[in-house]
Amino acid sequence: MSRIQNAIIGSVRTAIGWVPAQWLPGGTPDPLIGRNAVIGRQASRLDGPLKVAGKARFAAEIAMDRLSYAALAHSPITRGRITRLDTSAAEAAPGVILVLTHRNMPRLNPLPLISITDLGAVGNSNLPIMQDQVIRYNGQVVALVVAETQEQADHAASLLEIDYAAEEARTSFHDAKATARVPASILIEKNHLSVGDAERELERSAHHVDEVYRTPGQNHNAIEPHAVTVAWEGEALLIHDATQMIAASANAIGKLFGLKKGQVRVVSPFVGGGFGGKGLWDHQIVAVAAARLIGRPLRLALTREGVYRIIGGRTPAEQRVAIGADPEGTFTALVHTGYSIMPPYGACPEQYTLGSRALYRSKSFEVVQRHLDLDIVPNTFMRAPGEAIGSFALESAIDELAHSMAIDPIELRLRNLPERHPTTGVPFSQHALGQAYRDGMKRFGWERRSATPGMRREGEWLIGMGCATGSFPYARMPGANIRLTLRRDSSATLSCSAQEMGMGTATVQTQHAADRLGLPLDAITFELGDSALPAAPFAGGSSQTASLAGAVVAAADKLAGELLRLAGNDSPLAGLRAGQVRLAEGSVVSIDDPNRRESYGSILSRAAREEITVAAAGSPPIEFLKFAIHSTSAVFCELRVSTVTGEIRVDRLLGSFDCGTILNPKTATSQLKGGMIMGLGLALTEETLFDERKGRIMNASLADYHLPTHLDVPAIDVIWTGIPDPRTPLGARGIGEIGITGVAAAVANAVFNATGQRIRDLPITLDKLW
Amino acid sequence: MAIRINGAEVEAPEDARVSLLDLLRERVHLTGTKVGCNQGACGACTVLVDGERVLSCLTLAAQVDGRSVTTIEGLAEAEALHPLQAAFIDHDGFQCGYCTPGQICAAAAMLAEVAAGAPSYVTADLTAERVPLTREEIRERMSGNLCRCGAHNGIVDAILQVAAERAA
Repeated sequence: MSRIQNAIIGSVRTAIGWVPAQWLPGGTPDPLIGRNAVIGRQASRLDGPLKVAGKARFAAEIAMDRLSYAALAHSPITRGRITRLDTSAAEAAPGVILVLTHRNMPRLNPLPLISITDLGAVGNSNLPIMQDQVIRYNGQVVALVVAETQEQADHAASLLEIDYAAEEARTSFHDAKATARVPASILIEKNHLSVGDAERELERSAHHVDEVYRTPGQNHNAIEPHAVTVAWEGEALLIHDATQMIAASANAIGKLFGLKKGQVRVVSPFVGGGFGGKGLWDHQIVAVAAARLIGRPLRLALTREGVYRIIGGRTPAEQRVAIGADPEGTFTALVHTGYSIMPPYGACPEQYTLGSRALYRSKSFEVVQRHLDLDIVPNTFMRAPGEAIGSFALESAIDELAHSMAIDPIELRLRNLPERHPTTGVPFSQHALGQAYRDGMKRFGWERRSATPGMRREGEWLIGMGCATGSFPYARMPGANIRLTLRRDSSATLSCSAQEMGMGTATVQTQHAADRLGLPLDAITFELGDSALPAAPFAGGSSQTASLAGAVVAAADKLAGELLRLAGNDSPLAGLRAGQVRLAEGSVVSIDDPNRRESYGSILSRAAREEITVAAAGSPPIEFLKFAIHSTSAVFCELRVSTVTGEIRVDRLLGSFDCGTILNPKTATSQLKGGMIMGLGLALTEETLFDERKGRIMNASLADYHLPTHLDVPAIDVIWTGIPDPRTPLGARGIGEIGITGVAAAVANAVFNATGQRIRDLPITLDKLW
Repeated sequence: MAIRINGAEVEAPEDARVSLLDLLRERVHLTGTKVGCNQGACGACTVLVDGERVLSCLTLAAQVDGRSVTTIEGLAEAEALHPLQAAFIDHDGFQCGYCTPGQICAAAAMLAEVAAGAPSYVTADLTAERVPLTREEIRERMSGNLCRCGAHNGIVDAILQVAAERAA
C-alpha cells in the first residue's frame, strides 16, 4: 500500500500497455466460448442432496475421540490493561482442562496482514493475540476456557475474575477526522486521483449536486458462526475450519507455530456462508495453541456475540459526492472523497471510490479516500467492499442531479457512459451497461415511473420507482493450481484446495471440466476444500471461478500435450503438436482435420496406462493490467412507503447484469439474487450499532441486527446480457459481489420518487422519513 | 422415560443445562440441526417435536423427555428425500446449505399448520376454515428462519410446489 507499490504497478501497466494483446493471457478469446455444451446449462448444485439431508459436515460438526470444548472471554473495555486476573474459580470448576490467558499463551508473532502483493499473508489484524495484558479494542479475546463439555466451558468462563484499568480510547468517527490519514494506494490503485481542476469545474458548471452520504457499519452474519475443530498428532496439525482461504491459512498457521510445510492441514469442504468474514482471525490461533497445550482435540465455536466481538465487519463511511454537468448533462466534474475506518493494524481499505473511477466520463475528477484510526475490532472485506456503499453515494448523487435537471436518470447515465476506461484510458474488454439499462427498462416497465415524486398513491401507500448502476471489477488470482487425473474409462478427477461457501464452486467447475475435456458431466469429479490438495487462491473478490477456470485451462493444455506424447507415432495424431489439437468428445482431435482423432481410452490403453495425471497452474493474471475488465449492472426497484408509519415495502426488484458468460443460470441467479437481498438489508435494515461513548457494539445478536427476512424479500427478477468477455477464461467475470452493488441507491432513489424525501443516511428506517 | 429421536430412544442427559440442540449435535451426532445464534433469533436449529416446530436451542433436552423429536435426518424415509428436500434442490432454495435443514423442518411444520387452518399475521380472513397458501402467507410464516445467502425466492417456490403437489 505504498508509494513504491504505486510506482511498480504503474510501470508494469505502462510496459504491458506496449505488449501486443495476443501475447497476454486473454489475448485470444478462450476457444470454449460459444462451443460449450454443459456450461450454461441449468444444473442443480451437485452437493444439493447432502445439504438438504443435513449430511454436509461443517467445521463444528467433526466428531473426534477425547474432543474438548472451548469458550472465549472478551474484554468489556475498549482500551487499557488487565490489572487483576484470577482464574482459580474457573480452573476449579467441574470438567475444566485449561484456562488460557496471556500468562500461559505461547509467545507468538503477530500475523502478517492480508496483502495484495504477498498472497501468503492472510491476517485480518496484526495485533498480538493474547500476548500481554494490554486491551486494544472492545471485545478482544482475553481468555479461553477448555473443558470436557461446552456447558462446563461456558460456565467456567463466567467464573473468570478480571479487573481492568480503562484508558481513554479513540471511539468517535467525527473526532478522528481531524487526524485522518491519506494512504498512498487503495489496494492496487493509486489513492489520490486528480484530473483537471474538479472543484473549479464544479463551481462553474451549469448544474451540480454536492452532498454527503453516510453508511453505518455492517456485519457479514453468515448463519454459520465461525468455528474450528483442531487436533494435533505429534507435530502434525489438523484443522477443520470454516474458511474462505484454505491454503493460505494453512501456510500462515504453519509459519506462526514453526511447523514445516505439509505439517498443517486445513480442511473446509463446506462453509456456511462467508461474504468476506471467514478468514483467519484470533480464534483459530488460540484454539490451535490450546489444543497443543492440552494434547487433545479441541472445538471452538464462536457464539453469535463472539462473532461480532472479534470478527470485523464493514466500516462505517462518510462520503462526499459532487457532480457538475453542462446544460446537456455531460459531466464536467466528478468528486468522490470520504472517510472510513482503517486502523493501522487492519487490512481492509473499503475501496468505495473505485467504482467512481471506472463508470462515467467526466472532464475532471477529484477522488481520494481518507482513513480513520479508531480503537475497534478491525473492519474487513464484506461483500463488494467499497462498491456496495460507494455505489450508494455515487448513484444517489446522479439521481439527485437528474431530478434537479429534469432529465430521466437513466438518460443522464447513458449520456455519460465512457468508450474507454474514463480515468486510465485503457480499453474495456467488454462493456454493455447501456444494453443492461435498456433491457432492464423494458422488462421493468420504467415508462410507468412518474418523474415527479409523490404522484402515485394507493390508499395509505405512496409508490415509487428508482434505479441505479452497480459495478464490480474482474479479478483472477495468481497461484491457482489444479491436479487433473484422466483415467482409461474416460473419467476425470480435478483437485485443488478451493472453497465452497454456497457459490456452487464444484458444480460450475465440473461443468467447465466436462466441456474443456469433452466428457459428460457425470464423468467428472471435482475435489476441493482441503489444503492437502494443490493450492488454490482464496475465495474473495469475486475471483475464485475465474482463477480456477484459468487453472483448468492450463491443466487441460498440459494434458493434451501429455496425451499426444503418449499417443506416439502409431496414432492418427502422430506429428501434431499441442497447439494443433483440442480435447473434444472424449478424444484428442486435430483442429485442422477433425477426422484425425484418438479417444482417451485408446491412447491410454495402447500406452498400457490406467491413468495419467498432470498438475498445472493458471497463467499469471495480467490481462486486467492491459484491459479494463468490469462487470456492471442496472438495478431497478419499486416500493411502497406508508404515509401513516413510514414503513417501506419493496414490491419489485430487478437486476439487469452485464457480467460475461453465465456458467450456470440456476446457481448464478441465486448468487445474484443473494447479493441483491443483502443490498436490501444494506438499504433498509442493517446497522451495526456502535456506542461511541464506550467503543462497544450494542447489537451483537441476530435479534438486534436486522437481516432481511422472508417477508422483506419480494420475488426478484434477474436478467443478463450474456455477452462473453473475450479476455477471460470462459468469457466469465465473477458474480459473487456485483449483486449487492447499486441496490441501496436504487432503493433510496425509489423512496425519493415515492415521497420526495431524499435519505442520504443508511439504513432508510421509518424514523428518517416522517 | 427417554427422548425419541427419529424413532430411536435416547436417554435424557444428566446435565440439566444441555439444550436439545446440543444433545442432537454433540451427543447424538445428528449434526444436520444447525446452530446459528443459540438464542432463538435465526431458526437454523428448528426441529419437530411431536410434529410441531420448535427452536431446539431454546429447548432444554430435559423438556422433551418422553416426546418424539424429528430432525432433518429423520424427515424422509430411509435414504429417500422428503418432497420438500427434493423441491429445495429443484428450486435452488439454498446456497451454503447451513440454514437449510431448519428451513425445511420449519416448512414441513408450517404446511401442517396451514392445513390445520391456523391463520397468520397476513391472513385476510381470520374466520375462514381454509387459509389460502399464497406467497405472502409462506413468506410471513417462514420469517423466523433467516437465510444470509439470499435463497428466499427459491425456498418459497419450493414450498409452493410441494403444497401444490399435495393439493393435487
